[in-house]
Order: sequence, then structure tokens, then C-alpha cells
Amino acid sequence: MSDQNIADANKGSKMATDAKDASRLIVSVSPHLRSEETTSRIMWSVNAALLPATVMSVYFFGPKAAIVLAVSIVTAILSEYLYEKAVKKNITVNDGSAFLTGLLLGLNLPPSVPFYIPIVGSVVAVALTKQLFGGLGFNVFNPALVGRAFLLLSFPKLMTIWSAPTAAFIAMDAKTTATPLGILKEEGMQKLLEVFGNKLNLYIDLLFGNRAGSLGETSAFALLIGAAFLLYRGYITWHIPVSFLGTAAVIAWIFGGQGVLFAGDPILHLLSGGIILGAFFMATDYVTCPSIKMGQIIFGAGCGFLTMLIRLKGGYPEGVMFAILIMNCFSPLIDRGFKSKVFGAVKVKEVKQ
Amino acid sequence: MPLTFKGGVHPPDKKELAKGRSIRVAQAPKQVIIPLSQHIGAPCKLAVEIGQMVKKGEVVGTPGGFVSAPVHSSVSGKVISIGDFPLATGKLTPCVVIENDFQEEWTSLKDHPDYLSMPPDQLKEMVKDAGLVGMGGAAFPTHVKLSPPKEKPIDVLVINGAECEPYLTADYRLMIERPSDVIEGTKVLMRILGVKKAFIGIEDNKPDAIDILKKTAAGSPDITVCGLEVKYPQGAEKMLIKAAVNREVPPRALPMDVGVVVQNIGTTIAVYEAARYGKPLIERVVTISGESINEPANLMVKIGTLVSELIKECGGFKTEAAKVISGGPMMGFAMYDLNVPVTKGTSGILALPEEGLVHVDDYNPCIRCGRCIEACSMGLMPSMISVLSERGFYEEAKEYGLFDCFECGSCTYVCPSKRPIVQFVRLAKSMVKP
Repeated sequence: MSDQNIADANKGSKMATDAKDASRLIVSVSPHLRSEETTSRIMWSVNAALLPATVMSVYFFGPKAAIVLAVSIVTAILSEYLYEKAVKKNITVNDGSAFLTGLLLGLNLPPSVPFYIPIVGSVVAVALTKQLFGGLGFNVFNPALVGRAFLLLSFPKLMTIWSAPTAAFIAMDAKTTATPLGILKEEGMQKLLEVFGNKLNLYIDLLFGNRAGSLGETSAFALLIGAAFLLYRGYITWHIPVSFLGTAAVIAWIFGGQGVLFAGDPILHLLSGGIILGAFFMATDYVTCPSIKMGQIIFGAGCGFLTMLIRLKGGYPEGVMFAILIMNCFSPLIDRGFKSKVFGAVKVKEVKQ
Repeated sequence: MPLTFKGGVHPPDKKELAKGRSIRVAQAPKQVIIPLSQHIGAPCKLAVEIGQMVKKGEVVGTPGGFVSAPVHSSVSGKVISIGDFPLATGKLTPCVVIENDFQEEWTSLKDHPDYLSMPPDQLKEMVKDAGLVGMGGAAFPTHVKLSPPKEKPIDVLVINGAECEPYLTADYRLMIERPSDVIEGTKVLMRILGVKKAFIGIEDNKPDAIDILKKTAAGSPDITVCGLEVKYPQGAEKMLIKAAVNREVPPRALPMDVGVVVQNIGTTIAVYEAARYGKPLIERVVTISGESINEPANLMVKIGTLVSELIKECGGFKTEAAKVISGGPMMGFAMYDLNVPVTKGTSGILALPEEGLVHVDDYNPCIRCGRCIEACSMGLMPSMISVLSERGFYEEAKEYGLFDCFECGSCTYVCPSKRPIVQFVRLAKSMVKP
């Protein structure tokens, strides 16, 4: 470029400086608009969706429930903070995901556990299952469920002592009892009806949470309120919950009856245990479920199948936890198998035929 | 059932900023910088020299090949400089600088009132000589689109009035201010292509444009004006064709492979002007908008006018502008210097304040939520492409349809982790061969 040209070019630059100091403009690749949705908003919304279930657990199991949940959450956050501090990563405790892991783990524990149980569980969930794999987004397994599985295998006795719900805030020494699924497994349907009076009472108690079980799985109704909120906001879609619960219901109906086909009670199976908590809040964890909708249906169906396999044929009365963990392994594979359909790709095949 | 496609996003449309401003002619600049390459394809060969006097509409660059388009002077005056200047994309491009003598002296414009009875080949030649390119942003030479190979017969013309990019209102203003020119341009295009059917696709958020074009097209039963669902990227060729005529263009194929040619509203009017008056493409409507602009406007701008002058004409910046974008906010380029010329493909200049901007280096890991997969109108898995590209697995990214991505930005818009997915896509595209 000649001097004259440079002078011409500079003439233009002066105009630019009049309008704005051009050197301070931000340059980045498009798009320049972003939605308001953030990871932390999603995580805190899920936490909020668990609020009704949390309130119900404290209502039924008293201050002990609150202590278990608080210890679990605090430990989860501390584990994340200390780990990230130790390996000099960005501190991400504000994004709400450690809080969520702690809350979910707490909701998966029996009310009577000693204080060190949620501590051990949260450390395993956050430090081992999530952070060692690379932090949020990189874990293969649902952290809260690994935490619970670790506790169940390490402290089998403590993890299977179930308090009877007392619906009182002061009762510290609740008497122990078995969960509905435990009774069903060990003593059968007749005994279960004896305990709850009649079928209608059984359903009502299961729906509102007046029964023994883990903190968060007791009140199906409270969980469904939260689930409806998540569905409404689009944070979860119907694919996993419907395929999970649907598969479980069909299997419960066909094989759930004692020795008779098509005589099972699907409503009983859907309302008891952790299946609602699992189907809406744990199996739908973005990180550990497939991202393609078709794959999510397979994933949910697999969870439902494995849950019922364990409930009906396995050694444990409840199988949601192991079902989801096993299906977590398959998520990457499912995603690979169900690559999304590329726009216009089907037409090409038609042309070839 | 609204006419639409699968996927897409709903960014706030922000069109109210400039929607009500009728097109006004921008102040004539003292000088224009006319790039010799304003289109996809071969750059033009220089046809003038320093010191030469040129008239308005005189050719300053002749096509450098078949896929190319001539460029013309947008003012009358003297060529004072020839050299490389940066464009909005940041790329240095050979340009001709012409000093305006404000005489507004045209080369020769001739009225052809019988333009609709001229032979198609002659019309196509006029379109070619006028230097027409797609004015929606991609700037693909129009005459090339109008010359499909024999084995690919075209039966439908689709006019793109979607204008799905937020903020932009240039096509909207053209539709409501010059509806008959749109229809006449459509007729010329139909004659060139020899098609019996044309659709004008307009997003439903412009009901007045739909109404007025429907009325104007009332006497032409072969032109259908259709309202399309308001959804980005409704104006992308493949999505528009799917919505308007329900045909899917296969991956890597062109609209002509399904018998369709798509032209933008601005281009259609330019086609009319080229056919009727032989007027070359030397000016275009540019939307100047954004929250940081004092007086948003739709300006008729001479090609080669500096962006900084347009911003000055619109009252400068109201608040400090953090980003100035050439084009729309979803696919446009962020400029580092406002001292760049408007080209044939410049649909808008947007100045955005820092508030609300997401900084690219401020992103989190993919949480596999699948929002981008739902948003992708091409049915790809942007999450996987971005993760693979981030780790340097570019070949693997190809298996996920890397080169089917046309970088509409929907995935990046919805990503809750604010990942710069389009940037990862471009990185991967630059590292491997298709």
C-alpha cells in the first residue's frame, strides 16, 4: 500500500474513533445472543422441586430427618469445595449441583441413620463419583446413587433400619418397622393389607407418605408436585419417567401376582419404594442419561425392567438404585446407537431405492 | 398447523426497535470503499485505475469466473486509491476507493417497460451484469442460482421473506413499502427459471407484510404468500424450503437438488430493478439497530459506505457499545473496527451493550442436557461435536455431521453451560477436510 493509501485508510479510522474507541469492541464468534438459561438455574430449580418432598420427610420423621439432610448437603458442598481447592480447579459450589447431590443422597437415606452415614455417603458421591471423574458433566454414574450404594454395601444393617412415620416434630425415638416393599417381599400381600387395613388405605398412605422408607421416597404426592414443576419448566421431559414407570407397571401387572400371571398390583409398585423419586429426579440426571429422546425411552424402559427384576426376583426388596446405576453404564452406548436423525438424510435413502 | 420445520429456537426478536422506521436514504458519503470481492466465489478483476473518473453504476471490477459477480461504483467521482482494506469479517480484501463528487451522474439507465416479455436468457444476463448476489448475508451470485444444470429441473421458486434474525427489519420494510416491486421481481425470476409456481414465505410476526403482499399478488394465482411459524432459523434455505413446500434438501445437497431456487426479498427487488432499468446493485437497505444505537433506522445505503458513518448518522451510541455486529445477532460478525465498508451482503449493523453479553471464555463443561440436540434444525448432536472438537478429535467430529452444520447458532443460544459451540464447530471445520 502506498503512503497515500495508508493516509486514506487513516482518514477513515478517525471517523471510527469519533463514534467509539474501536479498540475496545468485543469480538467473538456468533451467535451474539444467549438464552437466559444457565446450569446453575437448572440445578437450583431441581433443588426447589424437591422442596415438597423434603418438607414431607421432615413432617413425618421429625428433626432427625432435617439433621440427616443438612449433614448430607453440607458434606457434599464441603467435599466439592475442598476437592476443587486441593486440585486448584474453579470452585463450582454455587452452581447448585453439589447441593443437589447432597439433598438427593439425604432423601435416599433411612431417617434413623447415625450422623456419619450421610457424611461418608456425600464424600463418596461428590469426591469419588463426581470429582475424580472430572467434575460436573464427566461422571458416568449418578453421584447420589453411588453414594447410597456404597453405604448400603458397607453398612447393610444401618441402612435397612426403617423408622415408622410419626407425623410429629418431637418424637426422637420412633419405633422401627419394615417398608411396604419389605413386607411385600418377606410376608406377602396379605400381611401388607393387614398392616394398612385395606387397599384404599394402603394407596392413600403410600400417596401421602405415611409409611416407612427412605426420607424422600415416602410421599409420592409431594414428589409428583415437584415433578410437575420440572416438566412444566421443561427441565425434564416425559420420556424417561413415562418409559420407566410404564415398563415397571406392565411388569408388575403381569408378573407381580403370587404365582398367577396378570394379577399383580401396578399401583402398589409405582407408589412404594423409590421409583417415583428415581424416575423423575434421579434417572433424569442429564449427565448420566442419554441425550437423544429415543435413547431416553430405551434407558427408562431398562430402568423399569431392572427395578422390577430386582423387586420380584432379586435379594433386595427395592431395585431402583441398582437399576439406574446399571443403566447409567449404557447411556454413552445408547447415545452412540441412536445418533440423531440428520435433516434430509432419509430422503437420500428413498432416492437410492 | 403452522408451516415450520423441526428444531429451532425462539430468541427475543427485538424488531420493535427499528420496525416502525421507514426506509430513508442515507447521507451520501464523501468517499466509498468498494471491495472487489463481496460475494462467494472468485474475486473480481480490477477494471479501473487510480485517478480515473467513474460514474455511478460504472463497473470497477469484472467477474473473476462463472461463480462471481461484477462490482460497480456506487457514486460518481474519482478513483483515489486501490489497496487492501479490512471488511466486517476482519479479512483484508482488495478494494477501490472512490471520492464522491456528489454529481450523482449515472452511467446509463434505460427503462424496459416490457421486461416481462424479454427472453429469459436476456433477463438472466441483465441480472448477471447488475452484479446481483444473495442479499440475505451469504452473498452467493444470483445468476449462478438461476443457472441450474439441465439434469436438475427447477419447478418452484421460494422468496425468502422470513427475516428470522432478531433486530433486522430491512426486508420487512421493503415488503411493506415496495410490495409491487417484490411481486414484479418474483415474476421476473419465475420467467428466468421457467417455473409455474412461486411461494413467498414470511414469518407470522409480520402480518402486515403478509397482508399487503397477498393483496398485491391477488392478480397472480401462481404466486402464493404463506405465513410461517416464528422460529429461528426459519429463513435458512433448507428450513424455509421444508416449511414452505415441504421438501427436505439432503445433507450436502443444494435446494436445486429438490427442484427449488430460493431468493431473498432484497435480491428479488434488485432483480426487478435490474430487469426493468438495468440498474446494478450499488445500494441496499441496512438496518441500523441494537440497544446501544440512539436512533435505530432502516437506511438505503450506498455500497462502500463506512459503518462508522452510518452509526454517526443514527445519532451515535446511546450507551457504550460492547459489540458491533455486521448482520444479525445469530450469524453476524462482531467487528473490531467500525471503519469497514457496507457490502452487498450487509443486512444490518447492530450495536449491543455489554449488559447481557456472554463472554466466550466463560463457559462450563457440557452437562449433556440435550437442549442443543433439540434445537438443531439439521438434526445433529452439537454437544458431541463441541466436546470432540474441544479435545482435538476433529475427525471424530466429522462422524457427527460436522460439515452438515451451517452455523445458525441455535445450539449455542440454548446451551445452559454457555459453551461456544459454533466456535468449536468452526475450529473443527478448519482442521479437517470435508
